[in-house]
Amino acid sequence: MNPITRRRLIYGGVAAAGVTGLAVADRLAKRYGLLPPDGAGIYGPGETLTYACQRLLTVSKPAREFPRSMISKNPFGNEAYPPGDEFKRLQAGGFKDWRLVVDGTVARPLSLSLADLKTMPVQSQITEVACEEGWSYIAEWIGTPLSNVLREAGVLPQSRYVVYRSIDKVIWDSIDMTDAWDPHSLLTMGMNDGDLPAPFGGPLRLRMPRQLGYKSVKYVNHITLTDDIKKFGKGLGSVSPEYGYSWYAGI
Amino acid sequence: MSTASPVLEKTKIRRHTGIVRVTHWLTFVAFIALLVTGFEIVISHPRFYWGEVGNVNTKPLFVIPIPASRDTVPTGYKYVMPDQNGWSRYLHFEAAWLAVLVALVYGVYGAVSGHFLKNLVPERRDWNWHAFKQRIAKYLRRERPDRTEERSYNVLQRTAYAIVIFILFPLIIWTGLAMSPSFTAAFPWTAALLGGRQSARTIHFLVSWLLLFFLVVHVAMVAVSGFRRRMRGMITGYVRDAEEGE
Repeated sequence: MNPITRRRLIYGGVAAAGVTGLAVADRLAKRYGLLPPDGAGIYGPGETLTYACQRLLTVSKPAREFPRSMISKNPFGNEAYPPGDEFKRLQAGGFKDWRLVVDGTVARPLSLSLADLKTMPVQSQITEVACEEGWSYIAEWIGTPLSNVLREAGVLPQSRYVVYRSIDKVIWDSIDMTDAWDPHSLLTMGMNDGDLPAPFGGPLRLRMPRQLGYKSVKYVNHITLTDDIKKFGKGLGSVSPEYGYSWYAGI
Repeated sequence: MSTASPVLEKTKIRRHTGIVRVTHWLTFVAFIALLVTGFEIVISHPRFYWGEVGNVNTKPLFVIPIPASRDTVPTGYKYVMPDQNGWSRYLHFEAAWLAVLVALVYGVYGAVSGHFLKNLVPERRDWNWHAFKQRIAKYLRRERPDRTEERSYNVLQRTAYAIVIFILFPLIIWTGLAMSPSFTAAFPWTAALLGGRQSARTIHFLVSWLLLFFLVVHVAMVAVSGFRRRMRGMITGYVRDAEEGE
């Protein structure tokens, strides 16, 4: 065979395989939800690879748990965004008027008090909070899995993301339905056998133990299910990418 | 007319294969991006710990005496550096993917083609201190490399490259992944074997210094031994005999 033709054949074959591979990858990614909402732009390829690979690896794996003896004596609350006046008013009333509103694509919109949430099945986990800055601590987190609230609200089949917001509304984030139904995604009300202290996000924090600290939004009082994440903020899935931080915080 | 010199002047010596050259420069790009963004990430918390956990309320193993980019870190400085963690983290992981994918291509190539055994593993006869001492002495005397070094590496080069390729690069990838709360959910032993998340972070930091040290020495040696000749070798794949000593 003429060497030029052979070379052309090899290049053609590699190019065709590459195009086919990309097309297959794209279809798989869409079917299994492997594309992050902030997957466009110059950092998109890296972000998508990380999210897709970690999603496939960890979908049925819980975060590392630790023995009680490893619970940190002096955990660090990192009050980077202390809550404002409305929070202080509710705090003065012992959070009796705190409500978790659940709306969006659900059959039964809810407004739950902390007492309501405490009647739901309790779960606890001893997991590590790791901040993107590099520091970390271990605590026991007690609460009820988000899935219990979702079940009570009746998630409509078109739902694709759960958006959760802090009382100050500036901080908001979202997870896809796989993470939302995960039994370890915990609506946390207690820490180390006491109520969850305010510096750590009390009275209510959504713990996402397989992701970095900033994904576990503090002072959660509003959950919205949606079929279209683009409708929220700048459409990047959370407030983090609007400040330059990735939506997915598994690394 | 001398018989040898005109022939020698035209002699081109094949030095690096295409895959070695392409993976070398892609790794260079990825490494620079990782170095810069890694520095930006470190300054958000320039304290290091050993074990599973560590934060401003725990005793550090060591502290880098620089201002931090977060005001929650007690550094002793009144100045808080600009926070660049967002894009730095995005780029750090994208560059890490480039480095890992390139390493996979290079690793498969190196093993299958015999490049590792031929060029990187020190030759059998050099597995002794005498060979090391001899080559170091040669460097110190600033002797010109002999003909066998035209086509491959000497024992010191092989040892340095082998340590970087087979120990430091795998270690920095491992320690990087061991800091991921998601990756360690799937593979808990990757963090446990290192002594915990903070140990992984500390090793990651120290290995990055070793890699930076390698980069500096590597570039210095290239400059000393003929910058243009070595660059041409790594870009075109060939070096010319006439350039020896340039």
